[in-house]
Amino acid sequence: MSAANATATPATSPAPAVTRRRKSKLGWNVLGLLVVLTAGFPVYWMINTAFKPAKDAIDPDPHFFPSTFTLENFKRALDIADFWGPVLRSLTVSLVVVVIGIAVGLLAALAISRFSFRGRKAVIVGILAVQMVPLVAMIIPVFLLLNDLGQYDRLSGLIITYLTFILPFTVWTLRGFIVNIPKELEEAAMVDGCTRTGAFVRVVFPLLAPGMVATSVYAFIQAWNEYLYALMLMSQQNQTATVWLSNFITKNGTEYAPMMAGSTMMAVPIVILFLLVQRKMAAGLTAGAVKG
Amino acid sequence: MSAADTTTAKVPPVRQSPPSGSTAGGPGKPGKKSDGGAGVPWLLLAPCLLVLLLVLGYPLARLVILSFQNFGQPQLWGFQEAEWAGFDNFTKILGDGEFWTVVLRTVLFAAGAVIVTMVAGMMIALLLQRVSGWVKTLINIVLVASWGMPIIVATAIFKWLFDADYGVLNWLLSRIPGVDMIGHNWFASGPQGLAVIMLLVVWGAVPFVVITLSAGLTQVPKELEEAARLDGAGAWGVFRFVTLPILKPIIVMLTTLSVIWDMGVFPQVYVMRNGHPEPEFQLLTTYSFDRAFVVNDYGTGSAIALVTVLLLLGVVAVYMRQMLKIGDVE
Repeated sequence: MSAANATATPATSPAPAVTRRRKSKLGWNVLGLLVVLTAGFPVYWMINTAFKPAKDAIDPDPHFFPSTFTLENFKRALDIADFWGPVLRSLTVSLVVVVIGIAVGLLAALAISRFSFRGRKAVIVGILAVQMVPLVAMIIPVFLLLNDLGQYDRLSGLIITYLTFILPFTVWTLRGFIVNIPKELEEAAMVDGCTRTGAFVRVVFPLLAPGMVATSVYAFIQAWNEYLYALMLMSQQNQTATVWLSNFITKNGTEYAPMMAGSTMMAVPIVILFLLVQRKMAAGLTAGAVKG
Repeated sequence: MSAADTTTAKVPPVRQSPPSGSTAGGPGKPGKKSDGGAGVPWLLLAPCLLVLLLVLGYPLARLVILSFQNFGQPQLWGFQEAEWAGFDNFTKILGDGEFWTVVLRTVLFAAGAVIVTMVAGMMIALLLQRVSGWVKTLINIVLVASWGMPIIVATAIFKWLFDADYGVLNWLLSRIPGVDMIGHNWFASGPQGLAVIMLLVVWGAVPFVVITLSAGLTQVPKELEEAARLDGAGAWGVFRFVTLPILKPIIVMLTTLSVIWDMGVFPQVYVMRNGHPEPEFQLLTTYSFDRAFVVNDYGTGSAIALVTVLLLLGVVAVYMRQMLKIGDVE
């Protein structure tokens, strides 16, 4: 509580203030490390379990550090069911969804952020509202729809359904990035003789590119992580990566050590991608939030 | 910038822009770029609206229709036409005691998860302002790692942590003198199992809250805090009367979003219970899913899903108002 105080109290002589600040920081740091330990433990335990022999994992005295480092669990995870098939399918679905979502979403985002027209507000409200519909509530009609269209168990069907949550997301996020680019830049380009399209391509697009990359990566992660639709709309033979993980749960129990190895394989690339774009996304999501 | 909003806000929304509308659109502020006419934005929006109409509009309409129909396996296979049931599905679920238990359980679950998430998120965000730089970095790394974790992976990890026989948590708790949790099955009882699932949800949800609140906290003017302190406010007073009011828009937004997300929790329960949640684990989402795909009563399942959406409508309205307020500023 007094940590912030210390900097703001010029009355005390500098030397004690510094020690006091250090001392009070110490308490907060300990608390902070406690947060790190608690919040980080599940991730640590996943990696720890993945790299130690399966028999160590079921030792009644848990091994907090792998005494023997092994890749056996990863081998088992790759063996238990086809791994690369699901990964390839997830990759295909996610990439196609992102490409469509960004292309279509960018046009729509431009419309609602750079044009004033009748019904603009209605469109914004609609896109916001649509994001709020829980996916689970939609699974029954979506399942029946794909069944009717003959798209059950097809990647194309899954792609169509993923657009339900990816598209509103890309529109809204890209809109956020676009409104942060000053209109004056575009106008200046147009004064200098650019057409409106030219001004967009030469001025706005380069500024928007980082935001577009971040949005794409984030949308990719969302599509990759989706579980319910993947479970319901694809058969066992055509399962995607998230559903693949449940292969470790059998009637005879769960093979936890290989499951953690599988989890590690699935999570690490995603978490790294996420780390790369997270800062940009958080800034985009909250831009202007305090001003309200 | 908000001129565009205010001039168009009063006009009833139209789907297609009338071709003559561009001339009538005179009240638009002079100097506003209106070249290209009113058709351009709609042209840009067309693909998006078309896709949404197909993938969301149609299923939503179908959901409403289904909830008024008898729709079972014969209808699914096309042997029989779906027949209208009027309000039968609704009277059936609303008159069912189990349904109300599920509603209550879902509301309690969501409320618990939201409160814990928001309180923990706020405390960590405040803590982040006070720790040294390296601790801050560590916390941020851990938070982003747990935020980016696929839900399904997180669920698998928690399942393993809380495993009755080999779970490390039982072992850790048993280190506390006088506690013996070895072999304790967390999922033997509904409330305990749901508490574990709530913890899992909170673990995944806290990072977003912390990072958003931290961004907000940097915008709280230092002078205001100082002024409050000079006026004799303690740490709590500063938080209560300076920080909290400034953060209010963000908090409202985060809370409503969390309510919406936590009411929609599905994979966590489904996977934690190996695809067959016991009756005392059913939330509205799994309950609706169960009715439809296990009992093959798609009509009732849809009715339950519809009721869930209606329950959320109030929360969504608050969220939208907040978002639009923010949108107006830009």
